[in-house]
Amino acid sequence: MAYRRIKEQAYKWIFTILAFSSLFFLVGIVIVLFKEGTPIFQKIGFLKFIFGRKWYPTYNPPDFGILPLILGSLWVTVGASLVCIPLGVGSALYLNEIAGFKQRQFLKPVIELLASIPSVVYGFFGLVVVTPFLQRLFNLPTGMTALNASLILGLMATPTVCSIAEDALSYVPHSFREASFAVGADRWQTLTRVVIPAAGSGISTGIILGMSRAIGETMTVLMVAGGAAVIPGTFLEPVRPMTAAIAAEMGEAPMGGSHYHALFAIALILFLITFVFNIIAEIVSRRFRIKLGLNG
Amino acid sequence: MKRLRMFALMGILGLGLVIPCYAEKIVLAGSTTVLPIAQKTAEVFMEENPAADISVRGGGSSVGIAALIDGTCDIADASRAIKDTEIQKAAANGRDPVAHIVAMDGIAVVVNKSSSISKLSKKQAREIFTGKISDWSQLGGKAGKIVVVSRDTSSGTFEAFGELVMKGEKVMPGALMQASNQEVAQIIAQTPQAIGYVGLGFMSGELKPVEIDGVMPSKETVLSGEYPVTRPLFMYSNGKPQGITKEYLDFVKSKKGQELVETQGYVGLK
Repeated sequence: MAYRRIKEQAYKWIFTILAFSSLFFLVGIVIVLFKEGTPIFQKIGFLKFIFGRKWYPTYNPPDFGILPLILGSLWVTVGASLVCIPLGVGSALYLNEIAGFKQRQFLKPVIELLASIPSVVYGFFGLVVVTPFLQRLFNLPTGMTALNASLILGLMATPTVCSIAEDALSYVPHSFREASFAVGADRWQTLTRVVIPAAGSGISTGIILGMSRAIGETMTVLMVAGGAAVIPGTFLEPVRPMTAAIAAEMGEAPMGGSHYHALFAIALILFLITFVFNIIAEIVSRRFRIKLGLNG
Repeated sequence: MKRLRMFALMGILGLGLVIPCYAEKIVLAGSTTVLPIAQKTAEVFMEENPAADISVRGGGSSVGIAALIDGTCDIADASRAIKDTEIQKAAANGRDPVAHIVAMDGIAVVVNKSSSISKLSKKQAREIFTGKISDWSQLGGKAGKIVVVSRDTSSGTFEAFGELVMKGEKVMPGALMQASNQEVAQIIAQTPQAIGYVGLGFMSGELKPVEIDGVMPSKETVLSGEYPVTRPLFMYSNGKPQGITKEYLDFVKSKKGQELVETQGYVGLK
C-alpha cells in the first residue's frame, strides 16, 4: 500500500517537474537576454539604440543604431501578412465551407506539410529561383529584396494561419448556421455575417501567430532579404531584419564586447515583440471561447 | 598449445581495445575561411598518425579564439590577428595564445561575367564600396546601378578588406551584407550589375576577377606581394605547442602541409 503511494507520488513529481521545466528554461533565457543585453543600453542609451539610423558595429567608433533592422523586420512581417492572410484564411474557408470530406482529408495534411519543410530549403528556393525571377520581372539591380523575403515568409506562415483558422471555423456550432438559414439567409450571408464573425477571434489568433512566426524566422531572411542595413523605402529594396543580423554576426562578435551585448539587446527586443504578439493572440482567443459559450 | 593460442588471441583483442584509449585528442575551432585548410590537413595528418584524433569545427574567428581562451579547444583558427581585448581576456584566464601563420589568402574583387569592367584602382574600389561611385557608367561601363555585395561586418574577410582597401572608411549601408563567401559568389554570379569580394579559394569560372592597381589576383601575385589585397591566415595554440598539437602544427607548416593548403585554393607559404 505504502509502496503504491510512493510510486504515485513519484510519478506526480516527475510530471510536475517536466511540466515546469519549460517555464524554467523560459525564465533562464529571459534572464540571460536581460543580463547580456542591458549593458549596451547603459553604454549608449536605450533611445539612441532603438532609433539610431546607423548600424556599424565593428568600426571604431562603432554605431549601434538598430532602427533599420527593426524596420526591416516590420516590413517583411507586414509583407508576409499580406501573403499569408489571403492564402491562409482563403484556404481555411475553402476547406471548411466548400471542400467535401475527401478533399479536406487530402488538402489539410498537404497544407500542413508546408510547415514541415526546413527553412533553409525555403531560403535556398528563394535565393536560386525567386531572386532571379524578381530581378527580371521588375528589372531590378538585385532580386534580394523585402518583397522576396515577404513572399517566402508568407508562404511559410500560411499553414499556421490556415490550420488555426480552419479549427476556429469548425468550432462554430452547427446551430448558428441552421438558425441563419432558418431566417432565410443564403450561404454567402451566413458565411460573412454569422460564421466568420463567430470564428473571427480564432482567425485573428491564427493571423497573429502566423505573423510572429514570420518575424522570428531567421534562415530564410538571412538568405533572401539582401542584408543591407538601410531604412527601406519600397518593397523592392534590400533589408536586414533583426534575426538576420543576429545570426550573421554572433559567430564573429568578440565575447563580452559592445557588439556582443548589442546583439543580445536586439534579441531582447525581438523577444519582447513576439511576446506581445503571443499575449495578444492569447487574449483574442480567450475572448473567442467566451463568445461561443465554450469554457473560458 | 590450444590454450597458448587462446591467450595470444585475447592479448591481441585486449591491445585493440587499449590502443584507442591512448589516442591523443585535439580540438580545432574557428574561422570558416581557415576551415577547409584545417579539415584537409587534419584528415591527412590522422591518416599518417593513426594515434592522433583531431576534431575540427567552424564557428568563426571570434568563436575559435573564445574557445581557446575558455580552454574548450586546443587550436583556434583565425582569419585575423588576435585583438588586444582578447589577449587581456586570455591572460586573465591564464591562457597564452601563440600565433602560427599557416597560409596566405588573397581577397579578389569580382564582378559578374557579363561586366565590361576588368580593372580598377584601389581608390575606385574604395569609392564603389563607400557608395561615392554608384553607377557603372562613371567607370566607363554600361549604365546601371552598381550592386555592392560585401561580407558581414564581423567576418574576418570583411575586416581584412576594410583594412586593405577601405582604409577605415565605411561600406555604404545599402550594400548587400552576406554571411559567407559562397553566398557572395552566388549573388555575383546571378546579378549582372554586382561587384563584391571573395577569398581566392572561392574563385570560380562563374566570377570575373578584377585587376587592382594593375595586378590580377593570383597565387603568384599574392606570394610575390604585388597584389595589394592579401592577408595571412592563422592558427593559435595555447602557449608553446606541445605533443600532438606541435606535431600537427609542424605538419601544416611543412612542405607537404603547404601543398595541401594549395589544393584548397589558398596560397602556401613556401
